[in-house]
Amino acid sequence: MLRTDRIVGGLAILVAVFFIWRTTLIEIPFISDPLGPKTFPVIICVVLALAGLGIMLKPDAEPHWPKASGFIEVGIGIVVFIAYAELLPVLGFIIATCIAGGILAWRLGAPPVQAAIAGIGIALGIYAVFHLALGLTLAVGPLGF
Amino acid sequence: MEALSSLGDGFIVALSVQNLLLAAIGCLLGTIIGALPGLGPSNGVAILIPLAFSLGLGATPALILLTSVYYGAMYGGRISSILLNIPGDEPAMMTCLDGYPMARAGRAGEALAISGIASFVGAFFATWGLVFLAPQLVDVALLFGPAEYFALFALAFATIGGVAASNQMKSLLATGFGLLIAMVGVDQQTGVTRFSFNNVHFYDGIDFLVVIVGLFALSEVFIFLEHRSGGGMDTHSVPLGRTTVTKKDLVDTTPAMARSTVVGFIAGVLPGAGASLGSFLAYTLEKKVSDKNKTFGKGDPRGVAAPEAGNNAAAGGALVPMLALGVPGSGTTAVLLSLLLALNITPGPLLFQQNPDVVWGLIAALFIANIMLLALNLPLIKLFVKVLQVPTRYLMPAVAMISFVGVYGISGSTFDLLVMIAFGVIGWLFRKLDIPLVPIILGVLLGKLMEANLRRELTISDGDWWALIDSPLAIGIWLFAVAGFVAPIVLGRFFRVKEKQPFDGETLDTD
Repeated sequence: MLRTDRIVGGLAILVAVFFIWRTTLIEIPFISDPLGPKTFPVIICVVLALAGLGIMLKPDAEPHWPKASGFIEVGIGIVVFIAYAELLPVLGFIIATCIAGGILAWRLGAPPVQAAIAGIGIALGIYAVFHLALGLTLAVGPLGF
Repeated sequence: MEALSSLGDGFIVALSVQNLLLAAIGCLLGTIIGALPGLGPSNGVAILIPLAFSLGLGATPALILLTSVYYGAMYGGRISSILLNIPGDEPAMMTCLDGYPMARAGRAGEALAISGIASFVGAFFATWGLVFLAPQLVDVALLFGPAEYFALFALAFATIGGVAASNQMKSLLATGFGLLIAMVGVDQQTGVTRFSFNNVHFYDGIDFLVVIVGLFALSEVFIFLEHRSGGGMDTHSVPLGRTTVTKKDLVDTTPAMARSTVVGFIAGVLPGAGASLGSFLAYTLEKKVSDKNKTFGKGDPRGVAAPEAGNNAAAGGALVPMLALGVPGSGTTAVLLSLLLALNITPGPLLFQQNPDVVWGLIAALFIANIMLLALNLPLIKLFVKVLQVPTRYLMPAVAMISFVGVYGISGSTFDLLVMIAFGVIGWLFRKLDIPLVPIILGVLLGKLMEANLRRELTISDGDWWALIDSPLAIGIWLFAVAGFVAPIVLGRFFRVKEKQPFDGETLDTD
């Protein structure tokens, strides 16, 4: 029977092998200490591979995966966050945060109007506390905030 | 007493207006963070560290702010345990057992008052323990060479993995993953870049603050999104009753507090154990010692006092190895360690010699914070109960946005934000898979130091690996490390704290 943990263990071994290969590509400079920059990463990879092997051999019970809707919600969250990170320097802090905060509140179950108000409230609240009161630099947009 | 005069100097540092203000803000924020289910000491402190850093606070003020949050969260966790039977954070789990029955019996206010006093007693005496034990440990640590330090890091990983995780192999995987992240970037000794994949952003390595905020704060937001759980807590159904303690209860619970403080402090000092284990052991012991009439679990005040004294004492105890050795004993102290490293302060024995003002100012601030917390907690309890009613659909977006603000404030780099999101997703996945996150943080923080010590030792010994176990001290530490990793496997599930959290099976294993 294929269990999630067997895949996890297998992936850990693959990652370990991949990084051991990457380690062999490191060029050792002319002057180096006896151990050099390669040994410790290799030790780590061996530990990682052993852990992966252990997990493959003795997998835990299946995790509680969410239903499809749960994955979709997380997916929406990831998209919102990435868009927020990319648009922050373009739109400026307040506009970007109003939008992102509002969408998140909406996805967590707030009705659309309340969610929009929450987004604006969060943006203005953080702006007031962290920028106006504490002087932290926030991303500046075309409108100057 | 040298420690006492140093402490006196510390009070001079801590008693400035700015520091007192920071301690007060930290206590208030911490209690709120601790009270809210979903936000605990480790993610609360994680969100605030980048902010403290980008605000340009000095080392001492920043530490005072964040350790006040840390102590405050330990106080706050009990509030929702008692009122709602949902622990506000993991260490407050045991407080549910007798706290909630007390609340059901109409004695919620009393339970909050008793646990507040127990928290104070635990934290107060643990801070005294810190004052006297830390300098002793520093004296020992000054004898440490690179081999001993290497062994010490191994000990930290082994015990955190052994005690904190339900599956040792998964904690080993997390450790390897964290250490590997630490390897990214320019090697300090030879100047070659490792694992940068020709991406300029990786030349400096991956900023541990970005990793921490992603793993601890954003992953929490993902968990809430997944469940679409945006409701608030219904605290109306529980009447508070009077919020004072009767003299009889105080007399009855005093021995419980005393025993639990000792147990909790020891649990805290041991690497890897932390506050959850402290409260668990304190409650278990107290039940063994005083449960003569089978009242535990039905609303016995001693069952509230014991775990609270225990977890607050452990919180103080966990600071001992963090400050004296530079090796954190729990998730939250690991996060605090990242603050020190971000401020370019290397914790460990030299910290006591080179920056005594930082150490002793911090310890003095802990005393002050503790008194503030006691003063805040009893009169302001109604306010904290109100905070619990804030629905998470408004709270969690704010948490996410503040995380972004903090990380953006460090570097102003979109790339860092993307790395943070990636670690948020990884954190969410790992929590689903029951892979602990604390070893990752520890690996990221300690990886470079661990490697540096290994290479230094082998440079001294000219490549002879036996030099690593050349001294009795090093051998002793290695033996402890092996025992710490193996013992929990052998002893089975004895140590495991059964968890009860809003979402089953995906708790953040930290305190």
